Amino acid sequence: MAIRTFREALNEALMQEMERDHRVVLMGEDVRGGSGGSKEDVEAYGGVLGVSKGLWSRFGSSRVIDTPVTESALLGMAAGSAVTGLRPVADLMFMDFFGVSHDMLYNQAAKFRYMFGGKARTPMVVRGMIGAGYGAGAQHSQSPYNIFATTPGLKVVVPSSPHDAKGLLIQAIRDDDPVVFCEHKTLYKLEGEVPEEAYTIPFGVANYTREGDDVTIIALAAMVHRANAVADKLAAEGISVEVVDPRTISPLDEDGILESVQWTGRVVIVDESAARVGFAHDVAALIASKGFRSLKAPIELVTPPHTPVPFAPSLEQAWLPDAARIEAAVRKVLEA
Amino acid sequence: MTLSTHQLLRAYRRMREIREFEERLQVENTSGEIPGFLHLYTGQEAIAVGVCEHLSDIDYIASTHRGHGHCIAKGCDLNGMMAEIYGKETGLCRGKGGSMHIADLERGMLGANAIVGGGPPLAVGAALSARTLGTGGIAVSFTGDGGSNQGLVFEAMNMAVVLQLPVVFVFENNGYGEATGHDYAVGSGDIAGRAAGFGLPAVKIDGADFFAVHEAMGVAAERARSGQGPSVIEAVAMRWRGHYEGDAMLYRAEGEVAELRANKDPLQRFLQRVAEQVAGDDIAAIDREVAAAIDEAVERARAANPPAVDQLLTDVYVSY
Repeated sequence: MAIRTFREALNEALMQEMERDHRVVLMGEDVRGGSGGSKEDVEAYGGVLGVSKGLWSRFGSSRVIDTPVTESALLGMAAGSAVTGLRPVADLMFMDFFGVSHDMLYNQAAKFRYMFGGKARTPMVVRGMIGAGYGAGAQHSQSPYNIFATTPGLKVVVPSSPHDAKGLLIQAIRDDDPVVFCEHKTLYKLEGEVPEEAYTIPFGVANYTREGDDVTIIALAAMVHRANAVADKLAAEGISVEVVDPRTISPLDEDGILESVQWTGRVVIVDESAARVGFAHDVAALIASKGFRSLKAPIELVTPPHTPVPFAPSLEQAWLPDAARIEAAVRKVLEA
Repeated sequence: MTLSTHQLLRAYRRMREIREFEERLQVENTSGEIPGFLHLYTGQEAIAVGVCEHLSDIDYIASTHRGHGHCIAKGCDLNGMMAEIYGKETGLCRGKGGSMHIADLERGMLGANAIVGGGPPLAVGAALSARTLGTGGIAVSFTGDGGSNQGLVFEAMNMAVVLQLPVVFVFENNGYGEATGHDYAVGSGDIAGRAAGFGLPAVKIDGADFFAVHEAMGVAAERARSGQGPSVIEAVAMRWRGHYEGDAMLYRAEGEVAELRANKDPLQRFLQRVAEQVAGDDIAAIDREVAAAIDEAVERARAANPPAVDQLLTDVYVSY
């Protein structure tokens, strides 16, 4: 196995799938970068953070399509092309931009199959960055995957490691349903072991990043790493923490979560999406309704406050669930 | 372009089917058997047919909430459409779509669409598929004067120009977006002129004149098929009915619809124009056949079963 960054793993997934299937096309603002500039034939960006670097050079402008800043038309073009035979990957850049484009995903792509009586397939992927911690401000730092997951017809993927990023992105591209693929921007430089060949990771299968007996922490994306750090620290004290990373929130591995809850009986859910009606609340409701008898303590939720993401680093760090709050939550459920 | 007698009769049959379908729905709707909303296309028949006569199954159209005419013009099955509108399991979408979501991908019909302005970006995508996969097909979106004001419609036109895609944006100016007049809502008062600002050829024509539509679409379709990029057609034809069935049309001057029926009927104008080329007997035969076909469609739809309750949970995903 090779060592790859999260960014390189995503790039490799795109490269291998575009090589394998001529119907896979990439579209979005600056997925190449440089179209229409004063310097000709240049790949200026390869995605704003370099995820699609090299793809234009390999596949050309008919399959790596620089679009204007036009998120509605981007997702509409993706939806319309997916339902007529292509397998588009649309780069929304920052997932926050769903706000200006959501109709094409929410009312169109997600509903085609149902509205048309099962006669449509819409194999499209919407990639976008999520997450705070980058000083990117209130409109470039959100994690709105909870909103996508409320929509039947959409699948929602939130990977936490280079290995998962590659396998889940290849699965997303090969999947026949619309998939929202959320890339946490603070993970792009994270390194890990990644098989060089193409592989898929099925949706709806949680990964246990730490195994333990006393407490279950459920977390996604960047929060998985904070949870792991807390688990490793507490292990020195003899506190055994299990960390469950669902990896996809629609479908959600309910059995995988409930199994861990049944084992430990104590639950902390750490999540960046929302202080209200978020992923943490959905999982808490699942456990309360289907795993209540296993619980030895009330469920603890560690989420940001109900505010926009602040800019100043001092405020942004206070906004994000951190190791101290996660550790305190673990101790609290142990005391109960 | 001179049309053969065969082509004229085919076009007339389609327009007659639309007229008969819609007028029959107008009547049947009062029975209470049809769920939901109905938005009828009466008065605009020449637009759908004039456009779709240039298309085949490799071409795609994206439609509107007022979509029955587009479906029929694109070749959707009348029985399947009627059953869908009645919410029956034999419907084109197995009763899960309804009037505002009739689709038939095999016929290149990407769906009626209950989001005003929703069609153009989808047509842009279908055009991208056609070009990338080399199918030879083109894509057409139908949008109303109301939808012409939506931002995503502007985005779709710009994208089509930037990527030089084989797509035709047809704006059906039927006078009103719901109860709001076109003159009030379209800031410039000129949909085609505004569209031209995006850098694509745009023409404004009489949408109640089949031949004007057919000619304009011939030029636009040829432009798209030959790789010369997108076009816009604004076709003006006032609707005869309200926004929805049940709309009291308090916003329309007295006599407006009577005037349309008397002087702007697309079918009558078509017949006057072709009187020398087409035999009255052939027209009468089509009228009889279409009336019988619509009778049958209604009968079948009424007799069909509603979808079984176990269909509630199917067709959300291909796999989950």
